[in-house]
Amino acid sequence: MEQKQLKKIDIIFGWDDKCTPIQVVEKTIKKTPENIILDMIDSGLKGRGGAGFPTGLKWKFCRNEDSDTKYVICNADEGEPGTFKDREILDRVPEKIFAGMTICGFVIGAREGYMYVRGEYNFMLKALDKKIELFNKQLRDLKVDFQIYLRSGSGAYVCGEESALFESMEGKRGEPRNKPPYPTVAGYNNKPTVINNVETLVYTSEICRMGPEQFKALGTKDSRGSKVFSVSGDTPIAGIYELELGMPLKDFVEEFGDGDTKAIQVGGASGHCVPRKKFNDTIIGFEGIPTGGSMMIFNSSRSMYNVLHDYLEFFTEESCGQCTPCRIGCQQLLKGIEAVKKGERPPTYLDDLKRLTSTMKIAAKCGLGQSVANPFTSIVDNFREEIIY
Amino acid sequence: MVNLKINNTPIQVEEGTTILEAAKRLNFRIPTLCNHPDLTVAGNCRVCVVEVKGARLLAASCATPVSEGMEVNTNSEKVRIARKHILELLLSEHNADCTKCFKNGHCELQELASEYRFGDHIFIDLVKAKDKIRDISSPSISKDASKCIRCQRCVRTCAELQSVCALAVANKGDHQVITTFMNKPLNDVVCTNCGQCINRCPTGALYERNYIEDVWHAIYDPNKFVVVETAPATRVALGEDLGLDPGMRVTGRMVSALRKMGFNKVLDTDFTADLTIMEEGTELLTRLKKALVDKDETVKLPMMTSCSPGWVKFQEHMYPGLLDNLSTCKSPQQMFGALAKTYYADKINIKAENMVVVSIMPCTAKKFECNRSEMRDSGFKDVDYVLTTRELAMMIKQAGIEFEKLEDGNYDSILGQSTGAAVIFGTTGGVMEAALRTAYEIITGNEVPFTNLNIKPVRGMEGVKEASIKIKNTKPDWNFLEGVELNVAVAHGLANAKLLMDAVNSGKANYHFIEVMGCPGGCIGGGGQPIPTSAEIRKRRAEAIYAEDMGKPIRKSHENPEVTEVYNEYLSHPLGHKSHELLHTHYKVRNRY
Amino acid sequence: MTNTEVLIHELVEKHGKTRNALMPVLQGVVAREKFLSEEAMIAVARELDLSAADVYGTASFYTFLDTKPRGKNILRVCKTISCHMQGKDAIIRAIEDHLMVKVGETTHDKKFTLLTANCLGWCHKGPVLLINDEVFPSMTPEKAIEIIEDFSKKTN
Repeated sequence: MEQKQLKKIDIIFGWDDKCTPIQVVEKTIKKTPENIILDMIDSGLKGRGGAGFPTGLKWKFCRNEDSDTKYVICNADEGEPGTFKDREILDRVPEKIFAGMTICGFVIGAREGYMYVRGEYNFMLKALDKKIELFNKQLRDLKVDFQIYLRSGSGAYVCGEESALFESMEGKRGEPRNKPPYPTVAGYNNKPTVINNVETLVYTSEICRMGPEQFKALGTKDSRGSKVFSVSGDTPIAGIYELELGMPLKDFVEEFGDGDTKAIQVGGASGHCVPRKKFNDTIIGFEGIPTGGSMMIFNSSRSMYNVLHDYLEFFTEESCGQCTPCRIGCQQLLKGIEAVKKGERPPTYLDDLKRLTSTMKIAAKCGLGQSVANPFTSIVDNFREEIIY
Repeated sequence: MVNLKINNTPIQVEEGTTILEAAKRLNFRIPTLCNHPDLTVAGNCRVCVVEVKGARLLAASCATPVSEGMEVNTNSEKVRIARKHILELLLSEHNADCTKCFKNGHCELQELASEYRFGDHIFIDLVKAKDKIRDISSPSISKDASKCIRCQRCVRTCAELQSVCALAVANKGDHQVITTFMNKPLNDVVCTNCGQCINRCPTGALYERNYIEDVWHAIYDPNKFVVVETAPATRVALGEDLGLDPGMRVTGRMVSALRKMGFNKVLDTDFTADLTIMEEGTELLTRLKKALVDKDETVKLPMMTSCSPGWVKFQEHMYPGLLDNLSTCKSPQQMFGALAKTYYADKINIKAENMVVVSIMPCTAKKFECNRSEMRDSGFKDVDYVLTTRELAMMIKQAGIEFEKLEDGNYDSILGQSTGAAVIFGTTGGVMEAALRTAYEIITGNEVPFTNLNIKPVRGMEGVKEASIKIKNTKPDWNFLEGVELNVAVAHGLANAKLLMDAVNSGKANYHFIEVMGCPGGCIGGGGQPIPTSAEIRKRRAEAIYAEDMGKPIRKSHENPEVTEVYNEYLSHPLGHKSHELLHTHYKVRNRY
Repeated sequence: MTNTEVLIHELVEKHGKTRNALMPVLQGVVAREKFLSEEAMIAVARELDLSAADVYGTASFYTFLDTKPRGKNILRVCKTISCHMQGKDAIIRAIEDHLMVKVGETTHDKKFTLLTANCLGWCHKGPVLLINDEVFPSMTPEKAIEIIEDFSKKTN
């Protein structure tokens, strides 16, 4: 392999024997909730699930809500194609997630935390359950009024959308809700709820362990800290890597590509496809292309028609089906590119479909339908001839 | 209060108002499909999206509350393009064979499509052959999945208004459908046939099983003697489907139209409503006597009305333990059929087998009811065909009758005369009020102690109403009721009925008599009534019903001279042998699942 | 009470008689019976005071809460992009040939049902095969058959 240029970070998976997750909790709850929120805001931490909402603000909003019952929920419904980092975190350092949840509970005034793990990861439930039990006991020993419970999904990508996840936990179809109200006002059981991604919660506990400064020192002004990337596709070194945010895509390709990289899908099926000609001026971060961590590499042997077809098939099946733009829009996009490929519709039909995605982007009810435009336009714009011929 | 601008027009509205409502106040109509005034907000069709200045996304105006300083555009270029796309998407999934559709001309999707004048459809037709299979298993409600736009109004109706939940959304993504448990035929599930889903379906996906051709066929058949009966609530709603405003009373014109259409006799279900009061009132008093005097523990109280077939089937599915509480009285429709094909056929010298009884009902469940195996006590099917108010309107149009210009006609006699107590059967609380007017007078010899006989506590649109009437100065036969506080309750819409039944089952409720009508507002809001429906429309129909009552010379069922005549000539007395044979029925336990 | 009803009763005792318990209860039934029979959904509806249609509607939303009869072992081959790129078609074909079923079908002896799944979260080690809850990454057709044979032997 070439010499590695990207700095590897070891925050997420690193282990500090002198300050274990439960010790982080013990130490942190000596502070005031306000100070913890300030630390979070100061760190610049933004949600690692993809949407990138500032975590400190989210906690603050929820803390400001007046309610006897509040919840912390860990969104472990990782389902974005190309993303598998949360599984690794759940497997290797779940205690850090628990600590993040507990600290969040302390900050917002919640006594219950739920971890919603996707059904595809059922195999790890037993082990997780045991670890939760132990952690809960440690919390009781510390007289911390917070307990964590495990819930699981059953195979529905859309349940990663926070309000769909609440619906699912409430025993309903995972159909996203109207917003407002937002979760911090009315989430699970219509109570104020903070819902954070697995990785975000780990960073919160790590920021509490090491202080915001060390975190802030990483990354760029708009994208503080590091992030765990799931690297797959045409790469000799597929796997999970924690890297600084704000890196140029060019550096990433140099390190992970197989020398023949044609495009990278940043952010999974719902993300953007970046073609080779744009590697040089693409930044991975909130100032450039934000990502939930999925980096899928395609080399020149791949048909971008097949890639797009796969994505559209995925969305057609995984749309919850309630809203018109997403339910029917996805079907039309899929059938549309098939028709163009077969010559049943003229190439210009792709432009009709692109206009449709502009509508989906602004009129669909949730992020799923809104984001289908990303892969569609970025692939059609950059690889139009591959779609047609 | 919140200040905002809609299409550059400033407006001030209460906090919590949606953009849709605020726009309406400024007379900006925003198109909607999944939204319905009777239901919770879904926000799934997205037709009502609008542009809010500064927002990345368009907002579903039905689901977005206003906020201070908001600037909304309901018809910007972005909005128009999105709305057209959304409608075109819906049309691509919709089996748009409009000319063949029963709802042709009464379809909200069709209206919007016509408003937007689509030329060539952009998108690929997604209607699958399998979707085109219709569910016509139910004698009341037909379902055509190929017309469904998944707005979920029907599902919300069935759950929120009726607490039946026979319909549900199943699967996801491109496989998402509106269906029943395991896709069973409607006739095999807990559906009560109330038809409320039809009233709220914006397309032709749900519609009544119609018998228009059968009825025309009977009318044209020279060997058939076709008798028509009209339910109380039809006369205050029929006009809506014939170009008149809600709440217009069209009793006389309806009678004339029916006569012009060729029915041999035009009679009135209101007559049997009066008869129902005689039977049911007596049944109530008998039950009270058995319970209070004879201490007969097999007698079930509270007694519950049984005129609403949707409610009856609901009870059979959901509360089989309370079936003995249901009055054994048949509904007025079925009493009519049983009498028509026996007493009346004899009287006018027509063979019962040559008689066809058609009833005009605000109801789809009546279609099921007339097909129940118990409803053949005349030796024939007592009522042959049930038409909804909507079907009648269609037939009037087909017959080329200019409804607005008709003179008022009068019902034929006998089985045509009725009282004000009968017509109020058409709205929630009406059966209770009619029963109290008669029962109180039987017990005490005096009129009910309410001004103008109007028993206000049981009127109105509250979901569950309660009233207590102290019985004073009883006649000797009814001494045991002296000083008794008669507790009654009234519910309309099956979700409210459920609340009441749970209260009864828990033992917390102490009622003697309960009236339930299956539909919101009672029969005036029935599943066979003109579409659209809303609280406002139901209110106007109810007002018309009470006006009809006030306009009647006789307003107590027991004073109906034709009722007296029928007892004298045929039935002898309420709950007598003949009554038992013809006018009473029994119920069966049905599966809840 | 049938075995299924007993199981459901126990699950409801454990998770509570509220709607919030619906998912764990349905998951518990599927864990043992591999799919939700009509009988099971009715029993759940009765225990949780829901309509059967509502239970069916909810269950059918979730890919893993099957409402169609399934075999004793459920094979799910991930079909999403990176597993596609790494050869999921060959895996599916090999299994189809070996078990003599098509995707969506159950073997005559009811031992296996072959299905596909959307992204299972093993994109770096595709193609991946999920058998019940067990994950088998980096599959080759040969390995897949071998593993299925092992399961076959373990299943009566």
